[in-house]
Amino acid sequence: MDDPSVPNDMAVVSPTVNLAEIRAGSYYDSVVLMLLQRALSDLPGVLDAGVVMGTPANKALLAQSALLTDDLEDAAPEDLILVVKADSEAAGRSALAHVDELLAARRSHQSDGYRPKSLSSAKRMVPEAEWVLISVPGRYAADAAREALKLGKNVFLYSDNVSLADEISLKETAAGKGLLVMGPDCGTARVDGMGLGFANRVRTGRIGIVAASGTGLQTVMVGIHLLGCGVSQAYGTGGRDLSAEVQARSAKDALAKLKDDAETDAIVIVSKPPEASVAEDLLRDAASCGKPVIINFIGYRSTQGQEGVAPNICFAETLDGTAETAVRQTTSTDSQSSSEEGPLTSQATEPPCQLMPCPQQGTYLRGLYSGGTLAYEALFLLRDCLPSVRSNGPLPGGLHLDNPHRSDGHTIVDLGGDAFTEGRLHPMLDNELRIRRLLQEARDPETGLIVLDVVLGDGAHEDPASELGPAVAEAIASAAREGRTLPIVAVVIGTDADPQGLDRQVEQLKGAGAYVFTRHDDAVRAVTNAFAGEGADRPHRSSRQAPDVPKTAEPAENLPTFAAINVGLESFSDSLRSQGAEVVHVDWRPPAGGDERLASLLTRLR
Amino acid sequence: MANSIDSANAEAVERIIEARPVLTGLGKALDLIPGMHENLLLHAGPPIGWDKASGPLRGALIGALIFEGRARDEEEAERLIVSGEVGLAPCHHHSAVGPMAGVISPSMAVYEVENRTHGNRAFSNLNEGYGKVLRYGAYSEEVQERLRWMHEVMAPVLGAAIESCSGVDIRALLAEALHMGDEGHNRNKAGSILYTKLLAPHIAKAAPDPATAADVIEALGDNALSVLNPVMAACKAMADAGSEIEQSTIVTTMARNGTEFGIRVSGLGGRWFTSPCPQPVGLYFPGFTAEDGNPDIGDSTITETAGIGAFAMAAAPAIVTFVSGTPQDALNATLEMYEITAAEHNSFTIPQLDFRGTPVGIDLRAVVETGITPRVNTGIAHKEAGVGQIGAGLVRPPLALFTEALVTFAEEYGF
Repeated sequence: MDDPSVPNDMAVVSPTVNLAEIRAGSYYDSVVLMLLQRALSDLPGVLDAGVVMGTPANKALLAQSALLTDDLEDAAPEDLILVVKADSEAAGRSALAHVDELLAARRSHQSDGYRPKSLSSAKRMVPEAEWVLISVPGRYAADAAREALKLGKNVFLYSDNVSLADEISLKETAAGKGLLVMGPDCGTARVDGMGLGFANRVRTGRIGIVAASGTGLQTVMVGIHLLGCGVSQAYGTGGRDLSAEVQARSAKDALAKLKDDAETDAIVIVSKPPEASVAEDLLRDAASCGKPVIINFIGYRSTQGQEGVAPNICFAETLDGTAETAVRQTTSTDSQSSSEEGPLTSQATEPPCQLMPCPQQGTYLRGLYSGGTLAYEALFLLRDCLPSVRSNGPLPGGLHLDNPHRSDGHTIVDLGGDAFTEGRLHPMLDNELRIRRLLQEARDPETGLIVLDVVLGDGAHEDPASELGPAVAEAIASAAREGRTLPIVAVVIGTDADPQGLDRQVEQLKGAGAYVFTRHDDAVRAVTNAFAGEGADRPHRSSRQAPDVPKTAEPAENLPTFAAINVGLESFSDSLRSQGAEVVHVDWRPPAGGDERLASLLTRLR
Repeated sequence: MANSIDSANAEAVERIIEARPVLTGLGKALDLIPGMHENLLLHAGPPIGWDKASGPLRGALIGALIFEGRARDEEEAERLIVSGEVGLAPCHHHSAVGPMAGVISPSMAVYEVENRTHGNRAFSNLNEGYGKVLRYGAYSEEVQERLRWMHEVMAPVLGAAIESCSGVDIRALLAEALHMGDEGHNRNKAGSILYTKLLAPHIAKAAPDPATAADVIEALGDNALSVLNPVMAACKAMADAGSEIEQSTIVTTMARNGTEFGIRVSGLGGRWFTSPCPQPVGLYFPGFTAEDGNPDIGDSTITETAGIGAFAMAAAPAIVTFVSGTPQDALNATLEMYEITAAEHNSFTIPQLDFRGTPVGIDLRAVVETGITPRVNTGIAHKEAGVGQIGAGLVRPPLALFTEALVTFAEEYGF
């Protein structure tokens, strides 16, 4: 409480007041809520604001930010919670009185065209659409996906918190109709040159990808692009697909599609370590697919040894390494490239090295990831150097972080984990939670080094470094005020073609004082070195340059227009539209306004 | 197998669509309307008594009793009704519908519409035109005089003309009017002209003298709502064809009495579900504001029930100004109604939507599921008796009506 750096005149604690409002049964897109929360925070006299659906996870987060008042404890998941912390009651009241106006302002920006309220109306508007993107709250997602399959559409299921039983039944239904279900919890995919969900803009090429991991897929796609090659199709499967229960249903279907795809020369499979029997099964399919297959199961080792599985299969250790191997596999058979066998990375001159200070004795690593697989890969790459890292998504046998909101020793948090995202936006879209956490870590004298990822691409925040940069600078400064040096490592996953601009993001973060990397394995190596006491004497590459592979022209004009239906996050529609796709956005509302009794009655009457 | 509700709904909607209402004649309510008697007044909307009746409805009831010669003034009229000497019943209980207050008294002239497909009949009164009129609760001598002319001069000529042209196919007339910018509820300009044109030669022959013929033709032609009442009776005949189908969740009645909004559902027989009537949102004539408006009133919601009116808004972009909208809003209004309806009409099509059939057959389940309530285009009555129409706009019945009906339906059928 007694912060010596606070000047005396500010030390007089002015009373703050929390004012809250619950709106029963109102549903809003979480992006709308985020924008509303921002707008409220910007109003005069407002110190902080929370606008979230009343899920238990969100209430825990509000409590974390000292925004939870007693009367909010009763809010139900379908209730909208509005809470402001203001410097006076009047300011708080005035802010809450602005809510409707702020919501209405947004509504008037929307286009005049009809927004269908149901999938079947949307189908009528774009009968040619083959894909439905679903990002509604988890408890409604399975029903929406079932309806999409019924209408004969493939499903990109972004929503998480979908039950295992629903996942299996959806995938079985899809298989029976020759359709694919990507997800649940599928963050990214690339279909016919179009990025779905969180997707980076990469070149079209001849490498096909199947991934049970969103950021894993993004990192590999970006890696391939930065090495001058491109991607044919990239299918996500959702994180649970390679479990014993789901039996890799989606992965096997996706692999079969790539096997038959004439545009695909090599296939990459990325996943966290699968269930052993499922892995063997998938490897059998891979062995017989007749194309080179590069596998990254993040630390998984086949019982038959890495090399002995089949002549067309090889294993890669890191995500960036996976991209390299895939590029090598295609370019060696690809007439368009004349590059010789050799290191594909950073042939260009090393940029001037930044010297990173070592963390102080007795301090710890704090990893604040938005990408779950990047967090996982960090744990894997750090396993020998820092053996006791706690995480909310640990390696098998690793240490579990009991309270995900509080770091403990060396800690790597996946801020995209369920505990943080139920009823709330993903940290790739909304930097707020990570900024709070970053400043919280910076105030902790036990924090010695912070690493964070910044994932670019469609669907992600439009300019993350513009918000994370100042937070990084503030974190460094707040540690400095207490006489501590706090190195912050940032890894930016993105391409020059991404809407945020790779260079612009890197520069902003560098300007804020972060040590910036564009390869995750490089970033983790720098962290390892820093904790090993080698921080100052090892230069590292701070960015990666593509080798001189001529960029193949995008055959975009010959492609038929990609059409899709989007249910849920409006940003997914926006990003598809900006890629030139035809999208119909469904103005979705929970059935019966979220009244569960009526909804179940309706199910019986259907 | 589709469930029993789906097939019941398909049957109900098919009957509504297949119904072919033809205007066959004109006569006295006492002679034509089933169950009508000397001591009965019919009114719009669900059942209501004098105590709860709003200003416009009371005014119309008073005016009707004065017209009948049963009362000389308000007090006498009120006493007749309160004492029970003269009973009140919804038009809907007697195969009839009436716009706004919808009051029909025994000696009033009514249109008779016959559904040539299923044989059922429906009735509606004559349209008085604009200004101070009984249906908005006006009952002054000026109103009475107009009513007397309509009944003594116009009705016999009109009745003979209808007979002489051997019926007016209202479904065909509506289909044509929708292609001419009408939606059949608030906008009946084209339909009324078609109606006038169709009857004019027969009126000329049936009238006792050219001056009377001219007066009748002028009265029909000047009134852009002259066809509204036959259209409403036609819609009633269609909706009734789809009512009382076991297991059907299709809404077959929507009506307001100025105090309550009521709906009935095909599979729930004659049971009304009611709730306080909302105020329409819309445009007021100069000098009036929402303060002056009465809660929504009238049986004219039968048009939306049968798949026209606000449901066909896309066909009538000219009247979106009532809700300060754009032509795109008119399209959106119709597109939204497809979300809660079971079918698309065969006969009523919308050029602006590539001749897609109008949304027809409101499914209770879809309303509750989506939270989208039916749109209704409506006129706005002054809350005091006798002032008349003060605006027009849009209203939606409360969602609670549909929820209550759905819960009752589920209990009734054991779901």
